Amino acid sequence: MEPILETKGLSCVYSKGTPFEHKALIDVDFKVYPGEYIGIIGHTGSGKSTLIQHLNGLLKPTGGKVLLHGQDIWVNAKETRKARFKVGLVFQYPEYQLFEETVYKDISFGPKNMKLPPDEIDRRVHQSAYFAGLTDDQLQKSPFELSGGQKRRVAIAGVIAMEPEVLILDEPTAGLDPIGRESIMQNIRNYHDAKNATIIIVSHSMEDMARVADRIVVVNDGRLPLEGSPSEVFRHGEALRSMGLSTPQLTQVFELLKARGLDVDDNIYTMEEAKAALLALSERRNG
Amino acid sequence: MLKDITLGQFFPGHSFIHKLDPRTKLICVVLYIVALFNAVGLLTYGLMFLVLTLCVSISKVGVKALVRGMKPVIVILVFTGLLNLFYTTGGTVLVSLGILTITTEGVKHAFFMIIRILMLISGTFLLTYTTSPIALTDGLELLLNPLKKVKVPVHDLAMMMSIALRFIPTLIEETDKIMSAQKARGADFENGSLLEKAKAMVPLLVPLFVSAFRRADELATAMECRCYHGGEGRTRLKKLSFHTGDIIALIFFVALTVAVIVLGRFFAL
Ligand SMILES: Nc1ncnc2c1ncn2[C@@H]1O[C@H](COP(=O)(O)OP(=O)(O)OP(=O)(O)O)[C@@H](O)[C@H]1O
Ligand SMILES: [Mg+2]
Repeated sequence: MEPILETKGLSCVYSKGTPFEHKALIDVDFKVYPGEYIGIIGHTGSGKSTLIQHLNGLLKPTGGKVLLHGQDIWVNAKETRKARFKVGLVFQYPEYQLFEETVYKDISFGPKNMKLPPDEIDRRVHQSAYFAGLTDDQLQKSPFELSGGQKRRVAIAGVIAMEPEVLILDEPTAGLDPIGRESIMQNIRNYHDAKNATIIIVSHSMEDMARVADRIVVVNDGRLPLEGSPSEVFRHGEALRSMGLSTPQLTQVFELLKARGLDVDDNIYTMEEAKAALLALSERRNG
Repeated sequence: MLKDITLGQFFPGHSFIHKLDPRTKLICVVLYIVALFNAVGLLTYGLMFLVLTLCVSISKVGVKALVRGMKPVIVILVFTGLLNLFYTTGGTVLVSLGILTITTEGVKHAFFMIIRILMLISGTFLLTYTTSPIALTDGLELLLNPLKKVKVPVHDLAMMMSIALRFIPTLIEETDKIMSAQKARGADFENGSLLEKAKAMVPLLVPLFVSAFRRADELATAMECRCYHGGEGRTRLKKLSFHTGDIIALIFFVALTVAVIVLGRFFAL
């Protein structure tokens, strides 16, 4: 299959030529296939946000290329702008970008910039509000009257309204309560399933990533040392810990159980797997 | 990117200049400016240039950073240059285009004016590049302390200044972030007519103001929580003190100023 989005030898140097020079990305090759659900993990300052801002042409690579459908997005201004609409990016703490009088107007900012007809804009605003879990009466409120979590939903809806082929979210659940987090993850899942969209999520929650991602990519000091399915990645507990990351808590429990001599598999990443493993264990003991 | 505006940014370092007392540096910069405005002709400007080069090389800030900081003032430079070029009379006429005439005197004036502005900016940049904003305002507060006698709120002014300086980089960063977020939704800040460009600023300015007020509010609360109540009875964590280096620097700059004034009077080349 052809990758929908691809970086070739991507590198990024911040504040080049000053005492603050910092290599945030070093020769990164990264491929995204249509319909994938990718999780990006990495410790604070590892370069996750930097990487995803290259994917929709917000940052210009210091070296290397970013290809969307095999086409370099930096060949001309038109391609770059197209990439911005096809690859939607929800920033870290996006609630600080709201500016319109009403939620409705704020969500329609993206579609308006795409120069869509009014009825299409209206359809998209309602649909994206639905995907982001906003109610109809919230649409007429001022975004500044909403709570932090609701503002975040508005910001997410604002990007979904452009109906991007690839939706990238930078820590969409940071600072929310468990129910809010769960519901936003579910909203994203719904969008993925309904539109067959490609999703890339940056997250610090190993549990979430183990559960939702098809593929996990680890970023460490500007490189991608590890990637694969959750079970492939979380098998490398030691390596992850040395990069300031960890395995999901459940996996840690099972690692400890195994260390204590219990006959369990330590490749357990989700609640379902854990349940099955424990039931199997008790069967074996009793049976 | 916006980040590249280095106006007034501090480059940490350990050079001789970095280690000077901020009061010394402030006084030296004032002396340097006085000298600069008394400079006339190649000899004195040459001397000033030599001193500037010396300071820049001691500071290890790097010419690149200095030049980058110049970018925002290019417009002013060109403007002053042109004004001086066309509106100075005297000397022989070189070119005459209708009402515009360029004379030898005009060329000379424009040249020295540009050099003067460049050196003025370099000198002050060197100060802010080598002195942290906190040290700078501390130094300023101490230097202005005598004014407290005539009821000038020196401490409050200094505090306001250090807070403002402290938040410039934060606001620039914030602007950058909001701009990126709106660009991700297809906002276009570069193209279009003047009116369209002004309109494009709304999605940037509204969130920026909101966050600036929020920050100010939070900062005020945080300061009050730590019992800040103005300058009265406040002590310092880092007491400033003069060292041998400071005395050498001060003597050097006094000598420079005197030399430039004297040389300028008698050998106006
Ligand atoms: N605009 C910038 N100028 C200079 N350096 C920067 C800039 N943005 C990021 N950096 C540096 O680049 C590195 C990577 O930053 P990035 O924001 O990509 O990290 P991150 O992985 O997203 O971290 P977090 O999990 O905290 O969001 C950091 O060391 C950071 O200090
Ligand atoms: Mg980040």
